[in-house]
Amino acid sequence: MARSTGCSEPGARSGASAGPRDHDVVGATLEGRGETATRTLALVVGLLLVATLASAQPPARPVSDETAHRIASELRCVVCQNLSVADSPSEMAAQMRAIVRERLAAGDSPEQVREYFVQRYGEWILLAPRRQGFNLVVWGFPVAAVALGLLAVAFRLRRWTRHAGATPARVDTAMSERIRRELEREP
Amino acid sequence: MTHRWRWLLPMAALPVLGLLAYGFVLDPRSIPSPLVGRPAAAFTLTAFDGSPLALETLRGKVVVVNFWASWCNPACYDEAPVLERAWQTYRERGVVVVGVDMQDTPEAAQAFIRRFQLTFPNAPDAAGKVAVEYGVYGVPETFFVDRAGTIRAKHVGAVTDDVIRGTLDRLL
Repeated sequence: MARSTGCSEPGARSGASAGPRDHDVVGATLEGRGETATRTLALVVGLLLVATLASAQPPARPVSDETAHRIASELRCVVCQNLSVADSPSEMAAQMRAIVRERLAAGDSPEQVREYFVQRYGEWILLAPRRQGFNLVVWGFPVAAVALGLLAVAFRLRRWTRHAGATPARVDTAMSERIRRELEREP
Repeated sequence: MTHRWRWLLPMAALPVLGLLAYGFVLDPRSIPSPLVGRPAAAFTLTAFDGSPLALETLRGKVVVVNFWASWCNPACYDEAPVLERAWQTYRERGVVVVGVDMQDTPEAAQAFIRRFQLTFPNAPDAAGKVAVEYGVYGVPETFFVDRAGTIRAKHVGAVTDDVIRGTLDRLL
């Protein structure tokens, strides 16, 4: 669009200024303008046509099988139980795989393809929740729980070892005396 | 930890139990559609009778878009007469019922249409694109599109007379 106005404007200006001025000025200018307007219109229509054709047939990009498969494996097969679009033999999954490839071929990035499905199905369509916002709790909770557990174990261990070191085995003095005597009696 | 506070330890399990209990009261099959409140995606299909069926041409009317399949028994069989009845009752008041047949064969679908004598426009969605555009994950699913072309409600499962009447009266 920007191109078409850029091209038509200089033409319109030069046409209007080049209009004959000898006789009826108003009429001549109008006539000149009319002619330029037609030419401009033709130019704009032509450019629009070219633009439409260009946008209607975007250059199909080669789609990498690996990328298509990776995206499909992250999407939930909507008619299955716990199967990804990549793994499901269902017709619906096949159609969704086709849509993934089609969008990639049209120039969408993998993230845009995922977003396309999320916008229609919600986050539910993703087999793993995204690592953002409240979802981070899901990713962070196990790590936090393990860290807490390790901390508790460390705390406990320290207490045990400290007890072992701090309190020497208390042996009854009478008993140790008896052991000593019996040992002495040994030949 | 002193002996007095030892009873606190099992309490840590309570929030987890609470979360699990909350999970039990939810219906795992009810998935809120992000499309409610958003503009209905335009589609152009060819109806079984050969006529073009485009949502855009129905702007200004309240449109009931129903996704179905002939193999979807009993839900689709239950709701087919309901939809036909709604179409007959409400068409004078500016309501159009549109059937989109998915994951189906033309023969089985047409037999279904004859069986229930459906007179509202029905079209096959052979490539499944319209179904994905509407985030359909099973049949039947029904979308209610208002006069401005915005999706105002979604119903999963067979629609009943009450559901249709309640929703349409709200939109008309």
